[in-house]
Amino acid sequence: MLRFLLRRIFIAIPTIILISVFVFSLQQLLPGDPLLVLAGEERDPEVLEALREKYRLNDPIPMQYFAWASNALQGDLGTSLRTNQPVTELILEKLPVTLQLAIMSMIFAMLIGIPAGILSAAKKGTLVDYTANVVALSGLSVPNFWLGIMLILLVSVKWQLLPASGYTPPAEDFWQSIRTMLMPAFVLGTALAATLMRHTRSAMLSVLSTDYIRTARAKGLRERNVIMVHAFRNALTPIVTLTALLFGELVAGAVLTEQIFTIPGFGKLVVDAVFNRDYAVVQGIVLVTAIGFIFMNLIADALYYILNPRLKVA
Amino acid sequence: MDYLKRTTICAVASAIALTAGAQAALSKDLRIALQSDADVLDPDQSRTFVGRIVYASLCDKLVDITPDLEIIPQLATSWETASDGMSVTFQLREGVIFHDGTPFNAEAVAANIERSQTLDESRRKSELKSITSTEVLGDYEIKMNLGGADATLLAQLADRAGMMMSPTAAAEAGADFGLNPVCSGPFSFTERVAQDKIVLTRFADYWNADEIAFDSVTFLPIPDTTVRLANLQSGDIDMLERLAATDLAQAEADADLVVQSAVSLGYQGITFNISNGARGDNPWGNDKRLRQALSHAIDREALNQVVFEGAFAPGNQAFPPTSPWYNQSLPVPPRDIEKAKTLLAEAGFPDGLELEVQVPNSTEPLAVMQVVQAMAAEAGIQIKLTSKEFATLLSDQSAGDYTASQIGWSGRVDPDGNNHQFATTDGGINDSKFSDPKMDEVLNTARVAPGIDERKALYDEATAIMLDELNRLFLYHVTWIWAHSAKLQGFTPYPDGMIRLEGVTWEE
Repeated sequence: MLRFLLRRIFIAIPTIILISVFVFSLQQLLPGDPLLVLAGEERDPEVLEALREKYRLNDPIPMQYFAWASNALQGDLGTSLRTNQPVTELILEKLPVTLQLAIMSMIFAMLIGIPAGILSAAKKGTLVDYTANVVALSGLSVPNFWLGIMLILLVSVKWQLLPASGYTPPAEDFWQSIRTMLMPAFVLGTALAATLMRHTRSAMLSVLSTDYIRTARAKGLRERNVIMVHAFRNALTPIVTLTALLFGELVAGAVLTEQIFTIPGFGKLVVDAVFNRDYAVVQGIVLVTAIGFIFMNLIADALYYILNPRLKVA
Repeated sequence: MDYLKRTTICAVASAIALTAGAQAALSKDLRIALQSDADVLDPDQSRTFVGRIVYASLCDKLVDITPDLEIIPQLATSWETASDGMSVTFQLREGVIFHDGTPFNAEAVAANIERSQTLDESRRKSELKSITSTEVLGDYEIKMNLGGADATLLAQLADRAGMMMSPTAAAEAGADFGLNPVCSGPFSFTERVAQDKIVLTRFADYWNADEIAFDSVTFLPIPDTTVRLANLQSGDIDMLERLAATDLAQAEADADLVVQSAVSLGYQGITFNISNGARGDNPWGNDKRLRQALSHAIDREALNQVVFEGAFAPGNQAFPPTSPWYNQSLPVPPRDIEKAKTLLAEAGFPDGLELEVQVPNSTEPLAVMQVVQAMAAEAGIQIKLTSKEFATLLSDQSAGDYTASQIGWSGRVDPDGNNHQFATTDGGINDSKFSDPKMDEVLNTARVAPGIDERKALYDEATAIMLDELNRLFLYHVTWIWAHSAKLQGFTPYPDGMIRLEGVTWEE
C-alpha cells in the first residue's frame, strides 16, 4: 500500500512542474499588458515603465519563470499586482471557502445522486427509472447561472429565507455560514448529482447482471439485501473514482457558482486574476489546484485499494 | 394569575424589543454593494472607481466638490492663488487627527505631496506635476509653488491627489500602505477580505463626527447586477451603486426602495485612429467627412432608449449637456441620414464603405455598438464589430492596432481632465495620435487661464474643433444610479458617483 502510494506521489512531481511551466507560458501568450490593464484609464508611460522594472516584466520569460519557481519552492508565491497582497495569504484565505462549498456540494450530490442511481437501477425500465433519468438529465442541462439567479429571486427575495449571496466564515457564525452556503452548494451539487446518478445506475446494472447476484437471489435473499449488501459494495469502485474526479470538477464548477453568489473563493479569485492579468495570483492558484487534484486522485487510488482486495494481491 | 403572567411577559418582551431597537439604531452597520472589488487601498497607487467610493468614507481630502462641481473646503478651510498664478496658499483645519493619532498639519500636507510626487508606484505624479515645491508657513498654513499657473490643481486636490494619509503610517509602511491604510476620514480601516468585503469603523475623533450616523460601513463587491438588486430587496444590503438601467423599473416599483441618480462627468463614444502607426492611414483616419457622416447617421436619443431604457444622457461633447462646461450652441444633433450620405459621397464613397470597430466583450458596449451598426448601415456604412476582452482592447488601442475603438472615460471634475490628454499632440492618452496646433493652443491656454468665463470660452472653442474633427465621436453619458433602502435618508447624488455619508441617517 505504502509503496503503491509513494510511487504515485513520485509520478505527481513532474506533472506539477509541467503544469506550472504550461500555465506560465500560456499567460505570456495572452494578449494585453498586465500593467496597462492595471493602469486602466490612467496610463502614464513613465509610471508604467518604472513598474515594469519593479515587477521584472522586462526580463526574458524563462528568467521570470525561474525567479517565480525558486521563490515558490520557498513558499513565496509573490504578491498580487492589483492589491499588493501576498499570493500565499490570498490562497490561504480563499481555500477554506471553496473547500466548504465543495464539501457541501458533494454532500448534496451524493445524497441525491447515489440513492437515485441505485433506485433507478433496481427498478430498471419502470416509471421510477424514467423519472429519475429525466430529472438527472434536467440537472445536467439546466445552467448553473440560471438556477442560481432563480433560487436567489425565489428563496431570498420572495420568501426571504436565506441570504442572497456572500460568505460568512464558519468560525464567525457557524449556522449563518451553512445557511449562506446552502443555495450555492445546492446549485453546484445538482449538476454533479446528475452525473453521479447516471454512473451509479450503470455500475449497479452491470453488477446486478452478474452470476453471483443471481445466486444470491436464488438463495432467497431479500431484494433489499441483494442490492445494498451484495451489489452496491461491488459497484462502489467506479463510483468512488468518479466522486474523486468530480471533486476536481467541483473546483472548476465553483468558478461560475462563486461568481453568481459572490462567494470570495478560489473560482472568483482566479477569474478576476485572469481578467486583470494578475499573473502571480493565477500562477499560484493553478499550482495549488493542480496539487489538490492530484491529491484527490491519490485518495481515490487509496480507496480503490481498500475497496478492492484483489489489488492487494497483485 | 394568568393575566398577571401575561402582562409581565408582555412588559419584559417589549422592554427587550425596545432596547434591541435602540441598540440597532446605535450600532447600525451600513452595508453598501459595489460593482467590483477595489484595488490597492493607497490613494497614491490606486486606480479604480470603486476604490474612490471607499475613500469617500476613509480619507478626507484638502478640498471637496458640491454636486454643482464647485470646490469647497474640507481639510483646507480656505486658499488663495497668487496674482501671477504661480502659487497657492492654503489655510488648514485645526484639531484634525489621523486615525493613528498623528496630528494633521502643514507638515503632514507637505509629506503627502512629496509622497504622491516621488513614490515609485505613485499614479498621482502627472496630476500634481505643476507643484514644484511646498513651503510650510505655519502649523496650519502651507504654500504650494507652481511651475506655471494651473487652473486644474484644485480639482485634482478634490480627488485622490488631495487625500491626506498619516505621514507616520505612510513612512512606516512604504509601498505597502494600502494593506492597512491610515487617513483622517469619518471611518477608519478595520478589515479587508479580498473580493468579499472592506470594513470601516466609525472614527470617534473625526472633526465632523456629528454628521456621521453609522457605527461602521461595510463595502461588498457584488459584480452581478441582478444579484446586487436581489441582495437589496432581501435586506442583506442597504444600498447599491450602479443599478442596471434595465432594472430601473423593478427597483422603482418596490416601495421599500429609493432610486436616485446623477449624470456622470464622463462620456462614452468611438475613438478613431488618426495617425497612431500604420493603421491610422486609412479612409476613416484620413478624412474627417467620413467620421462626420457616421455621427450624422446615429440617432443618439434612440440609442439611449433602446439600450438604456432612456436612463442615460445622450451626448455629443466631452461634457454631458447638464455640465456647466457644455457648449450650448452645439446641442446633440438629430439624426440626418441624407447629410450622412452626402458627406460619404463627397469623400468619394457614394456607395458607402466598411468600418471595423473594436468593442469590449461585455453586454452594454456590445448592445450599444449593435444599435450603432444598424443605424450606420442605413447610411451605407457597414460596421464590422470586433469584440475583444478589455485588456486586449486597451493594449491594441494604445499600440495603434485598430481603426476605431468603442471606449469611454470616467470623467474629471475639471474640464481639462476630459480633453487635454486625449486631444493635444503630446497628450498621455491620445491614442488617436490626433494633432492640431490650434487645438493644442486652445487647450494649453485653458489649462492656465485664471477666470471661469475665460476658460469656458476656450473650452467652447475646443469643443467646436472637436465636433468638426471627431477623432473622438461622443455618443452618451452614463448616469450613476443608486438604489437604497427607504430607511436610509439624506443621501445626495453627486456627478462624480461617490457616496458621501455626511448627513446620511437611518430611520427604523
